[in-house]
Amino acid sequence: MTAVDLRVAQRPNAPVTTYRYDEYDAAFVRERVAEFREQVRRRLSGALTEEEFRPFRLMNGLYLQLHAYMLRVAIPYGTLTARQMRRLADIADRWDKGYGHFTTRQNLQYNWPKLVDTPDILEALADVEMHAIQTSGNCIRNVTADHLAGVAPDEIEDPRPTAEFLRQWSSLHPEFSFLPRKFKIAVTGAEHDRAAIMVHDVGLRILRNERGEIGYQVVVGGGLGRSPFVGKIVGDFVPREDLLAFLEAIMRVYNRFGRRDNKYKARIKILVHEKGIDEIRAAVEAEFAAMDRSVFSHDPAEFERIASFFAPPPYETLPAASSALRAAKLEMPAFANFVDVNVSAHKMPGYAIVTVSLKPIGGIPGDATSEQMRVLADASERFGFGELRVSHEQNIILPHVKQDDLFALWRLLEPADLATANAGLVSDIISCPGLDYCSLATARSIPIAQAISKRFADMSRQRRIGKLGIKISGCINACGHHHVGAIGILGLEKKGQESYQITLGGDPTFSASIGEILGPGVTAEQVPDVIEHLVDFYLAEREEGEAFIDTWRRIGHVRFKDVLRREGEDGADI
Amino acid sequence: MAAFKHPQILIASNLTDGEVVFLGQSGWERDHRRARVAQNAEAAAALEAAGKRDVSANRVVDVYLADVEIGRDGAPTPLHYRERMRVKGPSVRLDLGKQSPGSAA
Repeated sequence: MTAVDLRVAQRPNAPVTTYRYDEYDAAFVRERVAEFREQVRRRLSGALTEEEFRPFRLMNGLYLQLHAYMLRVAIPYGTLTARQMRRLADIADRWDKGYGHFTTRQNLQYNWPKLVDTPDILEALADVEMHAIQTSGNCIRNVTADHLAGVAPDEIEDPRPTAEFLRQWSSLHPEFSFLPRKFKIAVTGAEHDRAAIMVHDVGLRILRNERGEIGYQVVVGGGLGRSPFVGKIVGDFVPREDLLAFLEAIMRVYNRFGRRDNKYKARIKILVHEKGIDEIRAAVEAEFAAMDRSVFSHDPAEFERIASFFAPPPYETLPAASSALRAAKLEMPAFANFVDVNVSAHKMPGYAIVTVSLKPIGGIPGDATSEQMRVLADASERFGFGELRVSHEQNIILPHVKQDDLFALWRLLEPADLATANAGLVSDIISCPGLDYCSLATARSIPIAQAISKRFADMSRQRRIGKLGIKISGCINACGHHHVGAIGILGLEKKGQESYQITLGGDPTFSASIGEILGPGVTAEQVPDVIEHLVDFYLAEREEGEAFIDTWRRIGHVRFKDVLRREGEDGADI
Repeated sequence: MAAFKHPQILIASNLTDGEVVFLGQSGWERDHRRARVAQNAEAAAALEAAGKRDVSANRVVDVYLADVEIGRDGAPTPLHYRERMRVKGPSVRLDLGKQSPGSAA
């Protein structure tokens, strides 16, 4: 990477560093919109029954939920341009109810679209090179990636070209459009895993070997849901030129041996668990050896063409630290807190990565109004080369902000309720929509997140507690990733009432672990008390520099269980 | 057929906009208080049969019976919290769904 010459004028709307559709892509997406428009017409005319239509609408991201239809829009590897964000805002205003929900798979969901409007919405998305294809159904879903791709100091290689490569390979792949179940792939190219690759059907970790060559550690069979598993390594170092063929081999093994008789046992994680990773590896290697790999042979020119879209923006050459930033922090404590908590190091001197929290105190995790989306689009254009990212933690990232601009950015975000300084803290809670929206949910999850957030509303207390991941799901399908929360909360139904099961010790990173159940379920009203007791016990027990998960691992699950049992005996009714 | 324990209403989703609807005396209603209440198994079966006909006629989808209790005003209220959510809207956005001030329901 080379910094640009300072004499070159900065363009406020500099081309963003993300993939642009070619003619083939654009025509393909338009054709899909036209096809779906016709399918909707036939459904409304009665030519298609719901049973016949359902697979079509699901393959275009349209669900029927508790109160209305829901449209899930794909945001490949979580990357958005300002123009796309504005279009999402416009769609929210014109065809929905003025807001959207950013999900744990870096997508966006509209909660109130009408079936009759959906083709027009898809057309509006196609105008800005977006779609909703394969955001549902038993296919390879939207490929996710590290939201700090291309800017993180610990990065070996930007994972987005790989993710885009896989998106193109998997889109409408005829062999994998009717898999036993859905299939999720995540990619990271960094030393720290921010993409939760260990709990995906396939996780890819970009590595560089001693000869300086790039390859992939391939993890298979991870997943959450009813039966959570940490993935296992099926390939230690798959050279780039073999990646597609290797993944094709995995998919073929899954397609051939994955169970189709029971949807709860149909994910590849069950196959890996039942057969064992050695047998799966042998099957994949046998398929890889036997298959005609020529059709999957790596095309370096094509990879480079894709990679070229993700070139760094025209950074300025700047000093490592900004004196303007230092002065503003001294002058404005609230801004200083924002910088300390929500701003992280950038690989370019003088730049910073900003996490814009979509978790205001007492707010709905992941929700953004159309007005907030426009503010974010403006902010990215004024201060960040017009690029935004969606994190699987349901926040928005501005990946290229000059340190000198941080104060001005904060002043833009603050009035829009987008400057909550809680990234990674106890109120930065991941939550699925739960029973407030989802037809599969067994309990509400958003009100639980709101109650915990309000309980820890004191920001100085949050900073004292430090990094702590709370994740909430409203059913066993685990869209809120509760299994890998340091504190996980699962909403269930118990005797006709909402009940919440709490787990401790989950970890979504390379050191992944599945949380352990704390004890019997508690009521919604009891959850904040339980969380507070756990946090207080952690603060009393932690050693210097320990995060919650570290203390839990050091002193053990039983100690945490014991403290809650004692609190219950003391009359806390837990 | 499951044993009949409580009065029941028929719930569905409107095909064109996905809104929750309830089978009333003269068609599908957006307000659950106007739902026809089945007081016995035969009446519930008749509701279900009418619902299936309207599924076939492409008016509604996802039809099912829900247990209710009858209030002093004679209006049905679902017994299960899931359906209680469906007759109102999201509990975290009181401005949305049937509970919203501008709702037709």
